[in-house]
Amino acid sequence: MSAVIENHHDDHHHGPDKGLMRWVLTTNHKDIGTLYLWFSFMMFLVGGCMALVIRAELFQPGLQLVVPEFFNQMTTMHGLIMVFGAVMPAFVGLANWLVPMMIGAPDMALPRMNNYSFWILPFAFGMLLSTLFMEGGAPNFGWTFYAPLSTEYAPPSVTFFIFAVHLMGISSIMGSINVIVTILNLRAPGMRLMDMPLFVWTWLITAYLLIAVMPVLAGVVTMMLMDIHFGTAFFNAGGGGDPVLFQHVFWFFGHPEVYIMILPAFGIVSAIIPTFARKKLFGYDSMVYATASIAFLSFIVWAHHMFTVGMPIAGELYFMYATMLIAVPTGVKVFNWVATMWQGSMTFETPMLFAIAFVILFTIGGLSGLMLAIVPADFQYHDTYFVVAHFHYVLVPGSIFSIMAAAYYWLPKWTGNMYDETLGKTHFWLSFVGVNVTFFPQHFIGLAGMPRRYPDYALQFADWNMVSSVGAFLFGFSQLLFLFIVIKCIRGGKQATDEVWDGAEGLEWTVESPAPYHTFSTPPALPERSLA
Amino acid sequence: MVKGAMPKPMDQDRVNHRLELLDMTKTQSSLGAVSRVKRVVKLLTALAASVVSTHALADWSALNMTKGVTEISRQVYDLHMLIFTICVVIGVVVFGIMIWSMLVHRKSLGAEPASFSHSTKLEYAWTIIPIFILIGMAVPATSTLRDMYDASEADIDIEVRGYQWKWQYRYLNDDPTQEVKFMSALLTPPDEYYNRTPKREHYLADVDNPLVIPINKKVRFLVTSNDVIHSWWVPDFAVKKDAIPGFVHEAWAKVEEPGIYRGKCTELCGKDHGFMPIVVKAVEQEEYEAWLAMKQQEALEVYETVGKTWTMAELMETGEKVYAQHCQTCHQANGEGIPPAFPSLVGQGLAIGPIDPHIDIVVNGKAGSAMQAFAAQLNPAEIAAVVTYERNAWGNDVGDLVQPREVNALVSGEE
Repeated sequence: MSAVIENHHDDHHHGPDKGLMRWVLTTNHKDIGTLYLWFSFMMFLVGGCMALVIRAELFQPGLQLVVPEFFNQMTTMHGLIMVFGAVMPAFVGLANWLVPMMIGAPDMALPRMNNYSFWILPFAFGMLLSTLFMEGGAPNFGWTFYAPLSTEYAPPSVTFFIFAVHLMGISSIMGSINVIVTILNLRAPGMRLMDMPLFVWTWLITAYLLIAVMPVLAGVVTMMLMDIHFGTAFFNAGGGGDPVLFQHVFWFFGHPEVYIMILPAFGIVSAIIPTFARKKLFGYDSMVYATASIAFLSFIVWAHHMFTVGMPIAGELYFMYATMLIAVPTGVKVFNWVATMWQGSMTFETPMLFAIAFVILFTIGGLSGLMLAIVPADFQYHDTYFVVAHFHYVLVPGSIFSIMAAAYYWLPKWTGNMYDETLGKTHFWLSFVGVNVTFFPQHFIGLAGMPRRYPDYALQFADWNMVSSVGAFLFGFSQLLFLFIVIKCIRGGKQATDEVWDGAEGLEWTVESPAPYHTFSTPPALPERSLA
Repeated sequence: MVKGAMPKPMDQDRVNHRLELLDMTKTQSSLGAVSRVKRVVKLLTALAASVVSTHALADWSALNMTKGVTEISRQVYDLHMLIFTICVVIGVVVFGIMIWSMLVHRKSLGAEPASFSHSTKLEYAWTIIPIFILIGMAVPATSTLRDMYDASEADIDIEVRGYQWKWQYRYLNDDPTQEVKFMSALLTPPDEYYNRTPKREHYLADVDNPLVIPINKKVRFLVTSNDVIHSWWVPDFAVKKDAIPGFVHEAWAKVEEPGIYRGKCTELCGKDHGFMPIVVKAVEQEEYEAWLAMKQQEALEVYETVGKTWTMAELMETGEKVYAQHCQTCHQANGEGIPPAFPSLVGQGLAIGPIDPHIDIVVNGKAGSAMQAFAAQLNPAEIAAVVTYERNAWGNDVGDLVQPREVNALVSGEE
């Protein structure tokens, strides 16, 4: 025993192991954060290629490139990969890198589990992607996989899809347990909850959402599995089951899920805007309360995705009113960010550009969300491109832009080098133009009456579909520039200072750049109440 | 006040314009990447011109929700415009303040950061004021929704049943011999969507048998499904109801203008989700009655034809039509299917085996596959014809045939 302890002691001051096994066996939060971020970027490119297949097919009326069966596989896999493979792992990666450094902890509380929760993911997505090569093709029933299309009428690969979803769920639940335990137990002495940076707060709340709803997702796919292989009839009307039950259970998971993909983004933007406005975040307390309110409301609005399933009018009215209420805390957040900018001393480096674009474009997505809450109007919007425009506005210039803002903002801390500012700004403007050219016309296409998940369309939708496809290719290829900028920054560049940004506050800026392999092995002394 | 029925003259011009654009792309498609870029630029320029001309004529139909042709659809449109206007105003104010701030509060202009970080008054204000705005939106929304949900005292009841991938309409009648029932499927031929022939007007928006309803009558739609979930949407009526197996949901419309109104399936229902449009023809009461009487006569004739003995040539002729309408989206025009999901019928399997299992699969479908039970969709003569056709087309040449009355005995025996 004592020999082991001595060995362990000797290991304390060495850096990372060499070679591939460093990454396989690592329990270091920075390594695992890096793994998550690279993995999510790869998935972002894979899901993005699928989006480009979709947009290329929709460039003109008629079926030019793919058949409808494959088109449906593309929309399904694009959604699943972007949600579970790109956005969620990216936020977990950021949490891994940043939460311990922001609260003055030496690492995540459960490092071995941290390693495990990452390494499940390549297997989950490997399995999901392998279905593309199976007989009968990949899942083709939409990322919302409504029964009975996903049960009685599904391709055989649905079983692999179910197993992959189970694996993703296990990974997410372990990741969130880790985040909660770390935040509640490993804060630097003297750091109260209301002293924590907002990114830590939003992740604490997100982690609770994940623990609450991922088991529900696991439940619904297990019910599917039972229906498909074990003769039950949860969702089969012919056997006394209820296809609408599927939608209720799915959206009880699905609605909190969309907030899981946006709350950490709020935290990131709340870190970046004060830095570049050189002014404290406006309304810290109300930001925390607004985040908690949004999280609570997310559990009681799920059926607003289902206004056309024929609920009784009392149900429709309740879900309409409850949904409209979300506008209040969300509005508070937007107003707080604007008030933070107001009378600041702003500069517009790449992270700030992405953060401001986030506020504007996320607000547009929020306003169209408010329109979608109005039930009579929703009957006309539901399942059209208006909805596609809405959720892409909150997810692409929302979640994805916040992730890119975070990457540019903390990259100098991670690598020790400044990224190329000119290229960063070029990447921003290409992305900004690309995103808007892609998704803004989709509002028009939807209002004019084009349903989503259509491989082909009537002639009156041709103009705006073409514009949208041009924008999609611009946005898609711009992300290769992002890859280039990140690699360039890792390989060298202007040496970053410890503080990096002159308005930056928080413990992560007190360690050297690049952040050493082990930080805060002894808890830091907190500056006098300045963290918030 | 009420916008005219489609097609509007304006729409026709726009469609022609687009057809020209499509032709243009076709003639140049063999050229290289450079010309493709030029083509896009050209198209965008043409597009910009067409958008500008659209605005000049104040026709927003390509950009905005339709006002539709019912009292309800106009209420929905007004509600949509109200909420949209409020959102635009909020957006302009918030983004205006942000942009002002970005222009003025810049470090490069020597701005010094202020030190405030909260204001209780302001925070209360922007929590409470939005609540009142939301109440202002909720009141008209609630009243419109109550009107939409009142489907009582309908003049006509029509069952709308979704199938993969077509619609069935059934005019409910207390007397079963008076009940009219027919399928309504896409009219656009595969040659058009596979770009082998030019796309005509109403591409992907036309059906063989439109739903016919009278104007100024409250028509109630009882929406359900035979297989997966579909959704029946006619924008001009502001009616969108999911068609769910095991459920019947009601919606209604009282159409004010005669015309042809086009809609679509809006719930992903498999391969041909995008290829099962809806067409509703609203006509004057007299025309409706005449049409209904004709349909009832047709139903009677079908009943009688089942009794007679058909020749091979008659069965093959009818069978080819039925095949084209109901079978070829999956099994393809040449019978070879898209294996493994849609098996080939040529030279293998049931189509060249004993005839009884072949009839059985067409009548009853195959559980766990996309092969549906056609007993409810096709009459016995059509089933007999299509089975005979499949056994003798594409060089199968089995040589046997089945009479409608045999199929009828099988179907009615089972029921």
